[in-house]
Amino acid sequence: MKTVKIDARGMHYTPLNQKIRAAIADGAEEIILDNVLGQRFIGDGLRGNVCIIVNGVPGGDLGIFMSGPTCIVHGNAEHAPGNTMDRGMLVIHGSAGDAVAHSMRGGKVFVKNNIGYRGGIHMKQYEVEARPILVVGGTAHSFLGEYMAGGLVLVLGIGKDKAMTDRGIGSGIHGGEIIIRGEVDDYLLGTGAKKFKFTESDLERIAPIIKSFCEQFGYDAAEFLDTNYTKIGPASSRPFASKYVWE
Amino acid sequence: MTLGSVPPKFKVNIDRDQCMDCGRCIENCSYGVYRREGDKILIESRKCTGCLRCVAMCPRDAITLTEKPIDYRSHPLWTREVREDIIKQARSGKIILSGMGNARDLPVVYDRLLLDACQVTNPSIDPLREPMELRTYIGKKPSKLKFKKTESGDVELETKLAPNLKLNTPIMIGHMSFGAISLNSQLSMAKAVTELGTYMGTGEGGLHKDLYPYQDHMIVQVASGRFGVNIDYLERGAAIEIKIGQGAKPGIGGHLPGEKVNEEVSRTRMIPVGSDAISPAPHHDIYSIEDLVQLIRSLKEATEWKKPVFVKIAAVHNVAPIAAGIARSSADAVVIDGFRGGTGAAPKVFRDNVGIPIEVAIASVDQKLREQGVRNEISIIASGGIRSSADLAKSIALGADAVNIGTAALVALGCRVCGNCYRNLCPWGIATQRPELVSRLDPERGAIQVSNLIKGWTYELSELMGAAGINSIESLRGNRDRLRGYMLDEQMLKILDVLPAGA
Repeated sequence: MKTVKIDARGMHYTPLNQKIRAAIADGAEEIILDNVLGQRFIGDGLRGNVCIIVNGVPGGDLGIFMSGPTCIVHGNAEHAPGNTMDRGMLVIHGSAGDAVAHSMRGGKVFVKNNIGYRGGIHMKQYEVEARPILVVGGTAHSFLGEYMAGGLVLVLGIGKDKAMTDRGIGSGIHGGEIIIRGEVDDYLLGTGAKKFKFTESDLERIAPIIKSFCEQFGYDAAEFLDTNYTKIGPASSRPFASKYVWE
Repeated sequence: MTLGSVPPKFKVNIDRDQCMDCGRCIENCSYGVYRREGDKILIESRKCTGCLRCVAMCPRDAITLTEKPIDYRSHPLWTREVREDIIKQARSGKIILSGMGNARDLPVVYDRLLLDACQVTNPSIDPLREPMELRTYIGKKPSKLKFKKTESGDVELETKLAPNLKLNTPIMIGHMSFGAISLNSQLSMAKAVTELGTYMGTGEGGLHKDLYPYQDHMIVQVASGRFGVNIDYLERGAAIEIKIGQGAKPGIGGHLPGEKVNEEVSRTRMIPVGSDAISPAPHHDIYSIEDLVQLIRSLKEATEWKKPVFVKIAAVHNVAPIAAGIARSSADAVVIDGFRGGTGAAPKVFRDNVGIPIEVAIASVDQKLREQGVRNEISIIASGGIRSSADLAKSIALGADAVNIGTAALVALGCRVCGNCYRNLCPWGIATQRPELVSRLDPERGAIQVSNLIKGWTYELSELMGAAGINSIESLRGNRDRLRGYMLDEQMLKILDVLPAGA
């Protein structure tokens, strides 16, 4: 495997991203970025199967418009990792800021700890190949899965009494599903969101995702393979249809 | 129903002496006004929208249409419209949606601005004889140029120029999405702008593969729903536009109703068939001007700084400081959409009441950017109710670099501004996804019509400029001395920075 190392210390994001592109054009399969500190747009619009290891804290929009590569972050991530991402994978060994996986259409975002507000907002899916997945090990702030139109958000609540304590879950959701470990209080649900029973067949469906997440962060998947989850989905695929009358 | 029915909007009549009973009216009316019973064509006037398709297709001119055949007792305050809106809401308890642009009879500032012409002292220019420079570059301009001498003694430009769009005429076609309008409409316009050397917008609906041959003349849009947005889409466009707001409905998002999301629309938008395509009111990754900078730069990074990025906003009260913020955000152009801008569907209360006129917005934005010394950082594209070459010339004289047209281009395709775009039944094949209706619009002929319109306006613009003794569009831009206000109040003249007629 061809590995390229880049020292990002003190470097602006544009030259850094140019170096990453140049390394990919040169056939790199793994790129290790050391001393990353706040550089935005890492992985922006990249295609292919390269694996980018980020040592440090990347800035906003990690993996935005990305279509294929994997980014593994040894640190926290800022605002909106996975924004409008198409394919590929982000693995964040820490926490992430607001709007994680915003408008994501495919691929996976795994966050070991917590995420900020509006996680998974407006995630959408198209046919089977484009089904985005966001998994959060800890908890998420308000408006998780707001306006969600497709895909899966999974919150495991590791180390928490309750996986979710913030309000507005799935407000305006009209597609996809939000699965949360344990019980979720009714008052936490946003407008248009509805609870559904989490069944054995749901578990069967998400088990590979749980296993893959646990593998990344060294958890024992067996602890999570039961039906102690709450599934939240849309009350309607047309939440606004009843609000309007034509002229 | 205690409310009963409201009077029909139109009364349709067939002159039976003229009628040859060919049935084209029945065939053409997608709203179901006409039907045949026995040997007679029957009429159901209540279903008529005034789209005039039947009138246009009747070979004998046998059809007449009367608007408001029965009116209410006249009243200056409680108009027919007000009364009917109340009745509708009393029935439904819902928000009223409407199509196309602001339908209120408010004064049009363009109509109260007059252009100048030369007499005696400064000869006018005949565009037939003299070249008229209409080429317009959209994008950042350097504040100064640096040159260096090469070894061979040549002079070379040292300043790195930002990417610009080259327009042969300062008229572009604004963003109307696939979904809101048909593929044949988009194709017609794409062929026209490619032939003319100008550009059109994709709207928020993604870029259909049939439009790929014209992609070098298409500006791809990134709106809050991010429909159809991926790296391929961004790379295909000649430029990228971030849509923050729209003149027809400032401050709110958009909903493409599930009925319009068929197989093709679903593929292009990358959403499931039949699901509502909901664009939230804000971009949820933009909650501040700093966040806008971040999205602009993310798009530039994704496309390696090769493409201009535009930001479209609705003309609202504070449009000038907002545009000044955008000018500092790495954006290459700001698109300002005035309150008369069209739409496939918008809540009527927004369409008719929110936002400000484009004329005022252009003037105040241009003024603000010049005051702050950043006018060269950004181009101004004006849209929202541009109806003619006169509106175009006045927009440029007020400070715009170019205009976007929307409704005018649709009218060139057959649209009669009936305003029923949201019903998916457009008999002209424009605002519909029904294959039998879409096929009524031939993209080859549509392209000629749209191209003719833009050519006609371009000729007229040259003539207007020539008459004013101006031979370059740059000398018209922001040249408010060539405008005079007629019946505008003092405050308005001050904002427009235009003298009154006679002064």
